[in-house]
Amino acid sequence: MHDETQQLEAFQARIDAGEKIEPKDWMPDNYRRQLIRMISQHAHSEVVGMLPEGNWITRAPSLRRKMILLAKVQDEAGHGLYLYSAAETLGIDRAELIEQLLTGKAKYSNIFNYPTLTWADIGMIGWLVDGAAIVNQTMLAKCHFGPYSRAMIRICKEENFHNKQGYELVATLARGTPQQRRMAQESLNRWWWPTLMMFGPPDDQSPNSAQLMRWKIKLQSNDELRQRFVDRTVAEAKAIDLEIPDPDLRFNEQTGHWEHGPIDWDEFWRVIRGDGPYNHERIRVRREAHERGAWVREAAEAYALKRREKAASAAG
Amino acid sequence: MIETAALDAQMRADLVEYLLRLADDRVVLGHRLSEWCGHGPILEEDIALTNIALDFLGQANHLLELAGELEGEGRSADDLVYSRDEIDYRNCLLTEQPNGDFAATIARQLFFDVYDFLLSEQLAASEFEPLAGLGGKMHKEAQYHVRHSREWMLRLGDGTSESHRRAQAAVDALWTYTAELFDGDEVDARLSQARIAADLESLETRWQELIGTVLREATLGISDEQQYQRRGGRRGHHTEHLGHMLAEMQILARSNPGAKW
Repeated sequence: MHDETQQLEAFQARIDAGEKIEPKDWMPDNYRRQLIRMISQHAHSEVVGMLPEGNWITRAPSLRRKMILLAKVQDEAGHGLYLYSAAETLGIDRAELIEQLLTGKAKYSNIFNYPTLTWADIGMIGWLVDGAAIVNQTMLAKCHFGPYSRAMIRICKEENFHNKQGYELVATLARGTPQQRRMAQESLNRWWWPTLMMFGPPDDQSPNSAQLMRWKIKLQSNDELRQRFVDRTVAEAKAIDLEIPDPDLRFNEQTGHWEHGPIDWDEFWRVIRGDGPYNHERIRVRREAHERGAWVREAAEAYALKRREKAASAAG
Repeated sequence: MIETAALDAQMRADLVEYLLRLADDRVVLGHRLSEWCGHGPILEEDIALTNIALDFLGQANHLLELAGELEGEGRSADDLVYSRDEIDYRNCLLTEQPNGDFAATIARQLFFDVYDFLLSEQLAASEFEPLAGLGGKMHKEAQYHVRHSREWMLRLGDGTSESHRRAQAAVDALWTYTAELFDGDEVDARLSQARIAADLESLETRWQELIGTVLREATLGISDEQQYQRRGGRRGHHTEHLGHMLAEMQILARSNPGAKW
């Protein structure tokens, strides 16, 4: 008992001194659990996030846009792989993590439980959703768990690229035909509030935040991050003459921040509990791909085993 | 080397037609592969199939720009992709066949990739410089594509009894679309005479050998070579699948005429 208290104190002292924690270091069980939860949620979000965007790959309106979108979704698959590997350093394997996703035990970002109904939604995901993710990930890149921090540094670079491409897509629509302009505004109206919810519940209702901040996994609160996103995005919307769908949005001269109206947290909790517009569909599609691919994975394993046996008998 | 300025009207028209055939194979197959994105059997394959799709679309883009330039009617690569009807598409029937299960995708890919590998090798030596440049790039990419489809064909053919059965069924079902790859017409004849295009007939024997080797190693039977062979893609006479693919591909572009994206 005494030992463990000392270990905990030493662990906290390392964090307070600004050291990075690496997978082989001693860490409290709860720290390990929280990190697996966060990193795997993040990996699942990348993988599930491929679906709403993938929905428009076959309808992309130019070769250039089709290639950009394909490359973006491919990057997300890469991020998923990279993050699953980071989670694996904590002693859990990818198959188990995927099982947790498919059985609904693990969560992923709520934002992907909304459907992509128009081409403008593809731009909106890059501009708003990736924009919000960057604000969050820029913080996580400075977190004190080495593998997660390193994964975030790499992922942030690509996300910045996606964010610029998304904004450019929306800007192209905003200065296009009246039909394209309407498409852009309508899409912003649908995505704005769910994007603000991406930063999680307000600080006074966020159960994990205090401990995560003590461990320096989180360095800023949900509300602080949300504010940073609102400030930068309002300016971007103005630059292309799109209207943020919030009648209460005000600039506060004293604080220098844009203040948004009330967020519908009932909707947030409803979607988290599984009753968002597209939760069922996303998991159904993931499950279907997983089941349809089972015989392929089995074949690859059987073939690899045969090859190993052949090599062993040749060597023996 | 033949410069663009030195092409006579016939040669120019032939080249436009030829480039469309090369490009349409890539647009259509790239599109089919892109349908896998997010639905692959493992995440690594989502990445690999998307890579190959991107290679094909990138190649198509260059080939179509060149076709548009030679045609001289101001059509861009996007105009050619998004405004042509099914009857004007020049891809071979193999490329438009639906993805089916993963074995069907891999069999379609192996047949095409080996063909593309041999074809691009000859194109890289084309007397028409712009085509030689593109051929060289295509050949480099085709090497990776062949490696990917070959390795998967071995895993599936020599994996489990289920994967073996599926792989054999895929090979048998798609064999009917393979002879068309090597059908030449007067366009091919004139261009290959001028050493601009590939000599399709000369590719066929090597294709048969290479495919035979892979299939044998994958413990798969080679299909009956007497099997009825379906043709028509190069003349715009497609299977019914292409129309549905184009309807989806072109809907947004066509419903907003004149819009920039």
